Amino acid sequence: MADVKIHTYDAVIVGAGGAGLMAALYASRKANVAVISKLYPTRSHTGAAQGGIGAALGNMEEDHWKWHAYDTMKGSDYLADADAIHTLCKEAVQTVIELEYMGLPFDRFPDGTISQRRFGGHTNNETGKPVMRACHAADRTGHMILQTLYQQCIKNNVNFLDEFHVVDLIRVEDTVRGVVAIEIATGQFHIFHSKAVLFATGGWGRCWEVTSNAHSLTGDGTAICLRRGIPLQDMEFFQFHPTGIFKLGILITEGVRGEGGVLINNDGERFMERYAPNIKDLASRDVVSRAIYLEVQAGRGINGQNYVHLDITPDVVNHYLEQDGEERRINRDYIEAKLPDIADFTRTYLGVDPVTEPMPVQPTAHYGMGGITTDLDGRVLLDAQKTVLPGLYAAGEVACVSVHGGNRLGTNSLTDLVVYGKLSGNHMADYCQTTELLPLPQNAADEIIGDFDRIRNSQGGVRPHEVRMKMQTTMTKNVSVFRTEDTMNEAISDLSKLRSEYQKIQIEDKGYQFNTDLLETWELGCLLELAEVTAVSALARKESRGAHARDDFPERDDEQWLQHTLCSKSDDGYELDYKPVVLKDEELNIEYIPKPRVY
Amino acid sequence: MQAQLRIRRFNPENGAKPWWGDYVLDDVKDTDSVLDLLHRIKWEVDGSLALRRSCAHGVCGSDAMRINGVNALACKMLVQRLKNDEHTVKIQIEPILGLSVLKDLIVDMEPFFEHYRSVQPYYINDTPTPEDGRERRQSQADRARFDDTTKCILCAACTTSCPSFWANDKYVGPAAIVQAHRFIFDSRDQGAEQRLESVGDSFGVWRCRTVFNCTSACPRDIEVTKAIAEIKTVLTTGNI
Repeated sequence: MADVKIHTYDAVIVGAGGAGLMAALYASRKANVAVISKLYPTRSHTGAAQGGIGAALGNMEEDHWKWHAYDTMKGSDYLADADAIHTLCKEAVQTVIELEYMGLPFDRFPDGTISQRRFGGHTNNETGKPVMRACHAADRTGHMILQTLYQQCIKNNVNFLDEFHVVDLIRVEDTVRGVVAIEIATGQFHIFHSKAVLFATGGWGRCWEVTSNAHSLTGDGTAICLRRGIPLQDMEFFQFHPTGIFKLGILITEGVRGEGGVLINNDGERFMERYAPNIKDLASRDVVSRAIYLEVQAGRGINGQNYVHLDITPDVVNHYLEQDGEERRINRDYIEAKLPDIADFTRTYLGVDPVTEPMPVQPTAHYGMGGITTDLDGRVLLDAQKTVLPGLYAAGEVACVSVHGGNRLGTNSLTDLVVYGKLSGNHMADYCQTTELLPLPQNAADEIIGDFDRIRNSQGGVRPHEVRMKMQTTMTKNVSVFRTEDTMNEAISDLSKLRSEYQKIQIEDKGYQFNTDLLETWELGCLLELAEVTAVSALARKESRGAHARDDFPERDDEQWLQHTLCSKSDDGYELDYKPVVLKDEELNIEYIPKPRVY
Repeated sequence: MQAQLRIRRFNPENGAKPWWGDYVLDDVKDTDSVLDLLHRIKWEVDGSLALRRSCAHGVCGSDAMRINGVNALACKMLVQRLKNDEHTVKIQIEPILGLSVLKDLIVDMEPFFEHYRSVQPYYINDTPTPEDGRERRQSQADRARFDDTTKCILCAACTTSCPSFWANDKYVGPAAIVQAHRFIFDSRDQGAEQRLESVGDSFGVWRCRTVFNCTSACPRDIEVTKAIAEIKTVLTTGNI
């Protein structure tokens, strides 16, 4: 173990977005914890979340956590687990109030309570109409959450190791012993020896070409766990957010439609009236993304191109508000106050002023519903029998509890981060009190150091970027809003070729300090594996559910497929297993019966 | 369009002094960002070019740099704002000033975050929470009072554009003052006194000579100089 520095903590948290920071705040009250991030914490992608965090505060109109739970289950297309959803929606209310106690600057209603707005799929369960449930701070709610949690971590002297890139998990049979990381500034390998490890590394949207995800969202934690024998759940369910900026993929919050914005095709038609007669533009994201796709296919994209318009101009919004029998009207100042950042984005990147012109939008790869399987305390599970791997935790987008199932509702990602970040951080700290630090195995970092040496020294002449582009192209073409057996087979065959090409990759930077050429290439290896897992899991599921829509199997099949996919790495590829969805919460005696999903 | 880029390069491992790297890219579009061009260089020409970046749309604050002599986020600065004519855009890119360069466009951010931490950049309110278990209330007017300074993404574009900071890096700098402002003017917060003390000393707000570089540099359009002035007023009058 030449020249590897060793540090010891009770627990390490990998990733410093919303889930990692929330876990850190709780865990560090009871245990010696290090938060390790490849970025400075405030660069994490939680900061890009815009529209709101879902919690049934009922500040402006009647609402109940059970309504939130029902909407979440329906939104998931009955692939989420009832007990996990109930924990999410119940805890959401208190956790959002707790964020306010931490100083989070929510917008306010005139009575001084936290301001809430409408969002896709969130309804009054009695009337079926949209309900104001998304607690927000303008259209920068994620930014406020990230900043507030980081500030509180500073206040509480949380240990941060910024710009340390975790690249391996030290697992010995069914125990964890820590992680291996590279100090980006020096290239030095470090071992963080610990009793427990929590992954909070976010998503892997960079598998696709058009995505709302940051360049850093390369699924590191997900891929590391897969390589260390942990199955990934429901990876075929990847959310395409309906309104990304055309070509760029930058997110335009669903809050635009929550505030009254409408989607318009080339005929000037508000087409969501046809697809979701009841809540129209505020249907679930999978439904809206498919509608946009079908409009484009039918030749009704704007000027025949593959985008539609998202219109928040006051005249158009007020026209439809009146048509829908609503008294509310909006004006320019309201848009500037409620949606300042998206106005800035479209002005900067498109030269489009959303107050006077519609915005060109198309679906953009946004969020992984699947991920590392966990229980309600964030403990990682090893198989369909739900065997716990003691000491290993996951929370946030990287994890699959599962609260999002086949399709996540808007605002529930932030809720998931804070609720399950807190629960898993707490549980992990308690676990550390009851367990001893197990010894490090000999040469614990040798294998990953070998992997990095191979990348560094490979002379095959293939540029990493070529491989990345080909992967993104095939995933965008073949494993997107709609899939078929043929497209998925094409993706699998392309990805298998790319895996060989990856062996011939050649980087230019042979140095050690800030060698981002090397680290990006390692990240690409993570993405390639996750792309394959996604395609393999998707090919096997012969039905359409949530974000997994197949032209060759257009119907949901509850007889056969009311079950979660578990995909593991095997010697010659990938292995699939399945476990039933939990539709009944035994404790609360609430059961969900799958119904046709109509909005 | 053709882009002609001059990038300040530095590699601490080869012992060489900093140098200018010249790169020419064709088929550049008006709507390309400087980050897009840097990625083309890194991915197609020279993989050793080092820079920080993440979100690529101006919200994470990773890629502040000096572009044609002015601080900006590379991902928010588009070619159309820099181009010389319909056929050419000449772009000079350097690391932000006043912090040590570690490699190419990457600087040592630690001194910046040290200043940030020095103003107690966190909410302080030890009064009992409301008995009904609900949120503390705040009027819309009170919330609006500090809205501008909640937008900060800690990119350091302001602090590293400030001549007072260049002259003396003990100056806490505009970004840290923006953080102090965000809490001092929050009606719920109770830490104003200690914060005013820390930004009121000789390396605090009085180092500001109202050059307005910070305000021009801010990619979030925060009125930084105004925020500094508001703190000066509080220090002078004692009234928040």
